[in-house]
Formats: sequence, C-alpha cells, structure tokens
Amino acid sequence: MRDVAIIGVKNTKFGELWERSLRDIVVEAGIGAIEDAGVGGKDINALYVGNMSGGRFVDQEHIGALIADYSGLSRNLHVPATRVEAACASGGLALRQAIMTVASGYGDIVVAAGAEKMTDVGSEEASSALAAAADREWEGMAGATFPGLYSMIAKLHMHRYGTTSEQLAEVAVKNHRNGCLNPIAQYRNEITVDQVLNSIMVADPLHIFDCSPITDGAAALVLAPAEVAHEYTDTPIYIKATAQASDTIALHDRRDITTLDASVMAAKRAYEMAKLGPGDIDLVEVHDCFTIAEICAVEDLGFTEKGKGGIFTEEGETAIGGRIPVNTSGGLKACGHPVGATGIKQAVEIVTQLRGEAGKRQVEGAEYGMAHNVGGSGATAVVHIFSRER
Amino acid sequence: MSVPRFWRNLDSRYNLEGTHCTECGEYFYPPRKTCVNCRRLGQIEPYRFKGTGEIVTYTVIRTAAEGFEEQAPYALAIIKLDEGPSLTAQVVGSPEKVHIGMRVSSVFRKLGEGGDRGMIYYGTKFIPADA
Repeated sequence: MRDVAIIGVKNTKFGELWERSLRDIVVEAGIGAIEDAGVGGKDINALYVGNMSGGRFVDQEHIGALIADYSGLSRNLHVPATRVEAACASGGLALRQAIMTVASGYGDIVVAAGAEKMTDVGSEEASSALAAAADREWEGMAGATFPGLYSMIAKLHMHRYGTTSEQLAEVAVKNHRNGCLNPIAQYRNEITVDQVLNSIMVADPLHIFDCSPITDGAAALVLAPAEVAHEYTDTPIYIKATAQASDTIALHDRRDITTLDASVMAAKRAYEMAKLGPGDIDLVEVHDCFTIAEICAVEDLGFTEKGKGGIFTEEGETAIGGRIPVNTSGGLKACGHPVGATGIKQAVEIVTQLRGEAGKRQVEGAEYGMAHNVGGSGATAVVHIFSRER
Repeated sequence: MSVPRFWRNLDSRYNLEGTHCTECGEYFYPPRKTCVNCRRLGQIEPYRFKGTGEIVTYTVIRTAAEGFEEQAPYALAIIKLDEGPSLTAQVVGSPEKVHIGMRVSSVFRKLGEGGDRGMIYYGTKFIPADA
C-alpha cells in the first residue's frame, strides 16, 4: 500500500444555487481542484463522485459518467468514473474509494468529488428523499422523519445525561459564529441561544435552528501518491487514516440509542491506523446534521466522555481557541449540507486549515485534522485523519 | 410517501409477528431471516409477540412526514418489547402524557392513506398499558 496525499482542493459556494445545474457546480469544483493541483485531464486516472439522491432531487442518475463527460474527461480520455452512495456519507466514501485507488496503485492522480442539488424540489419532496436513508419500511411507515429520529436520540441523551436544550443550541450558535468566517457558507449570520429556543419546534426537543438546512453545493479534491506530491504542490496534506464502519439501518435496533457505534468503530480503526489518539487531533469537522449529532460525535470520537458532550460544548471547548475546535467551516448547520458533497467539503476544510490558508477561522499551528461523515441516523460512518507531515 | 406495495401483504406488519432464533434465543421484530448473532448457523422460526413493552425514547413530531400531516402533532417512540427487540411506532392519545419508561401495549390501527389513490394502510400503534 502506498501513502496518499491531497494536492488540490475546491469548494463551490454553498446555498440556494437556483440558477445553476448539478453538472455546473461539480465541474466548477472539479476544475478548481485540478487547477489548484496543477494537473491536467490527461493526468487523471479515475474519478469518484459522492451523490446521494440525484434521481430524486434532479431526476438524474448515472452521475459518475455525467460528471466525467462535462469535465471533459470522457470523449477523448475515457477516464473511469464512479458514483458512490451512502446517504449523507456519500462524499466521505467517495474520498475513501479514491484513497484506496491511489494506495493500491490502480491509479496515481485521482479526483474525489461530491455534489448535491437539493433546492430544485419542494421541502416535502426533499424530506421524503432524505427519509429514504432511514429504514423506509419500518421507520418511515410509522411516520418517522430525520429530525424525529435525531430527536429521539436527543430526548434519551437529555434524560440519561442531563443534557439541556440550551447546550444543544450552543452547537448551532458556535457553528453560525464559525460560518460567518467562511466565505462559502450558506449562513453567514450570528444567532443566539434564545433565537434557537424560540424557533419553530420540528420534533421535540429539536427546533428548526437545531437542524441543518437544504443546500446546493459541490466540492472536489485531487489525490496523488505521497512520494510525488511535492512535484505538484509545496503544501501536500497527507492521509494518515481512512476508516469506515456500518451499523443497523434502523435506530431502534442499536445497542445504545445515544451512541453511534459506527462512529465509535470508524474512529477506533482510524486512530489505530494513524497511531494517534483523540488528544493528538488539532481540529475536527464532524457530522452535525442536527445539534445533538455534534454532541454525540464529540463523545463518540473520544474528545470527551460519554454524556459530557453538552457541557463540553457549553464551556467553549469546541470553539476556535478551545480544546478541540469543531466545525470551523460552520459545519452542516451553517456552512450547509448538500448531502453528497458534505464529506468532501469537510476534507477540503481540514486541508485548508492544515495548509494554514483558513484566514480568520485559522486554527493556529494545526498539525492533525479529522473529518467525520455519517450516513442516515448512523448506519454508515467514515472517518479520515489528515496530517501536515508525511 | 411512496413505497413499494409489498408491505401490504406482510402478516408481520398487522399481527406483530416476528422471528425467534432457537439457537441463541434472540427475538427479532421486524422479522429477520438471518440471525445477527449466529448468522447461517441460526435456527429462525416465526414468533408472535405479546405486544407489551416499554418506551425507550420518544419525540413529538410537529413538522410531519409526507402523508402524516393531518395527524401532527403525534408521538413517535422506540418501544422495547418485553421479549427483547425494539421497534419504531406511534403512541396513540395525548402526546403530552408520553414519557420514557412508560408501559405500553400494541393495538391495530390505520396508519395513513397512500398517495392519490387514497389506499388506506394499517399497522401497529401503541397505547398506555393501563388504558
């Protein structure tokens, strides 16, 4: 197995991109990433695209070939292109496929992209498409929604550990504060705990401001073997670990409703692979599709004890300048959550930080960063660890 | 919410019928054809649950799923059946009275109406055990 480095990155603007198509935004991200890497189409050996639900959101399947075609990689170059799907973990999984391709020697220069165009359908239709990431037959048919599933996690977390609605709200407040510092973020406005608590209740105890939005966006990365990475860039960022785990598709079948065992297991495998522990990580992008998800993530990834995620957040330990800055990009909550793109965007944020190019949201002296991407209510988890040094 | 129509013919949905592995003793609802513990070495047979259990956690859905709008607000819960497995179902009655640890028992109810053809579909909901 070969070591792998990231040599180019690009995010599009995240938000309601009504005037643009799915292919437009992926091509923007892809071209941006290969320009950043200083490579050309002839150098590219493979393309992976994370996309959850193109068929539901824009009536388009066969996304891998579509993106290769409109990136100019098909007609003359015939670059192999593959769509990867694991609900909201599609992007993280596309990155993992790209890493495995380079590590195995099947490809040298490989592009990992992620994209979703979600605002072309009404919110009910979007919710229905997203609900397909849960167990349609045994959760959806009972009237479950994604906010409903995460609310049941939150309710038990509060009951068992004393986590409060205010602590949940602090996650959203912090991520909006970070989002203000990120030029691509969907929301660049600060909010208060009171605003979160006074927003519409979606499913007790989660308010609308506890939920990530419906978003359009794309992101892309270019990977290369570590031994040649310096030929392309002065600041290659190295992959120290790629890990993935699964769990039951239905929340009701989990060992513990308040723990995402797939996250715990993916993190354990990643720490072992990188020979690192939670104390070595300087910043992390976690999957905060709902505020409770970030609370669970900081526990499941080992940054604080089980049950202490609420107080850890309240005390500012997850803010920029705290013990472990979480979601400097603004997270899914403020940066936005174009489901198939999220896992790639998280990696782009970590690379940007480790390069020292994150501007006002820069975590000083960051050496190691982590990205944590979850599909559904926790049936898939993908964890990557990145490093400035090989 | 559109789903394939095969679920209409599933006895398990209407009668709380699941499965039981006689090798390791674990009960499954929804039914599984493969034991998660013994896998291919398991011995799976049908089992009809008593229908009593306890609420593990719950929520009150206010912004409903497509097709459930008229029922909102409704209590949705994860219920641990006395034989061991858990399932997701609605709890009938006042959502304010639902709480973690509450004893419940199953009832046969209309779940909703499907799409433009207005097909009614049924399944299991739960009521307070002392009701």
